[in-house]
Amino acid sequence: MAKLSNETIIARLNSRFEGRFNPLEESYGLLTLETGKEDILDVLEFLKTNGELQFGYLTDITAVHYPHLPKEFAVVYHLHSLVNGVRIRIKVFLEGSYPAIPTATVLWNGANWMERETYDFFGIQFVGHPDLRRILNVDDMEVFPMRKEYPLEDPNRMDKKDYFFGR
Amino acid sequence: MSDIKLAEAPPGIQGSGFFATSLDKAIGLARANSLWPLPFATSCCGIEFMATMAATYDAGRFGMERNSFSPRQADMLMVMGTIAKKMGPVLRQVYSQMAEPRWVIAVGACASSGGIFDTYSVLQGIDEIIPVDVYVPGCPPRPEAILDGVMRLQEIVKNESLNRRQTQEYKALLEKYGFTTHG
Repeated sequence: MAKLSNETIIARLNSRFEGRFNPLEESYGLLTLETGKEDILDVLEFLKTNGELQFGYLTDITAVHYPHLPKEFAVVYHLHSLVNGVRIRIKVFLEGSYPAIPTATVLWNGANWMERETYDFFGIQFVGHPDLRRILNVDDMEVFPMRKEYPLEDPNRMDKKDYFFGR
Repeated sequence: MSDIKLAEAPPGIQGSGFFATSLDKAIGLARANSLWPLPFATSCCGIEFMATMAATYDAGRFGMERNSFSPRQADMLMVMGTIAKKMGPVLRQVYSQMAEPRWVIAVGACASSGGIFDTYSVLQGIDEIIPVDVYVPGCPPRPEAILDGVMRLQEIVKNESLNRRQTQEYKALLEKYGFTTHG
């Protein structure tokens, strides 16, 4: 049993961010919040530095592409309070083809590579990041491959046609 | 009599106290039986290669006892495993550092064609960036298949003419892959 209930976390956040965030779900007990890009740094800093919550560990930053939503991209932060044994997930939905969000490297140095990876695969601009360039893909790649806007296979490629394999 | 099989002498003229053959054949024989491999192993084919080098399959029987982890002293680049596009320049660098004569074996489906990784981040066969002499199919190939590939390469090496590396065709091949040639 976690030392900190989800209701307590929401209550502590409400004390400072009333109306500026939105609990989305508690799938498998994991509290998921939504907030805006104006508030995300304040929320993260509060969660990290609050003496009771102590979400000191940034597990991951990634993104999701929801092509059917008006705000297509969601940047997702996973935090872990090692003291309390609780995790939390925070989503920020962003508009536009080249969405931007403030960098979390001001709070965690470990956010550096996570944000580079998220930029590499989704093209999210992390404003204020010290070195925002691709990390896993080749430098001269011109696309953001994890966006859901590409056909599964290039229809023009000739090297793997069925007739080469007797199909 | 020992049952150890020695390399067969190439065809030539033999008499008392002498044996004459062509320099091509003699050097080809020496090269074919002392191919030093440079293992470039990135995934499961590399594990099969480790088995190939170990006691049961004993690649040392073919004169490839010494793995050369320096490309300068290697003759045979064995590319085993998936080569991501980001790894491509590294592989080209390794190949360009090998001294002539050099040969390349693409071991397994990934090195030969990208294999099951038919995706944006994986090179669809190393022959897009370096010339390949022998392809070994399999996912991964068994050690017997890798040894078969080595023996096929030995046949190629035995029969390669000494001036092949100076020919226009060979230079054109390297230039097609973007390698500069000298002389």
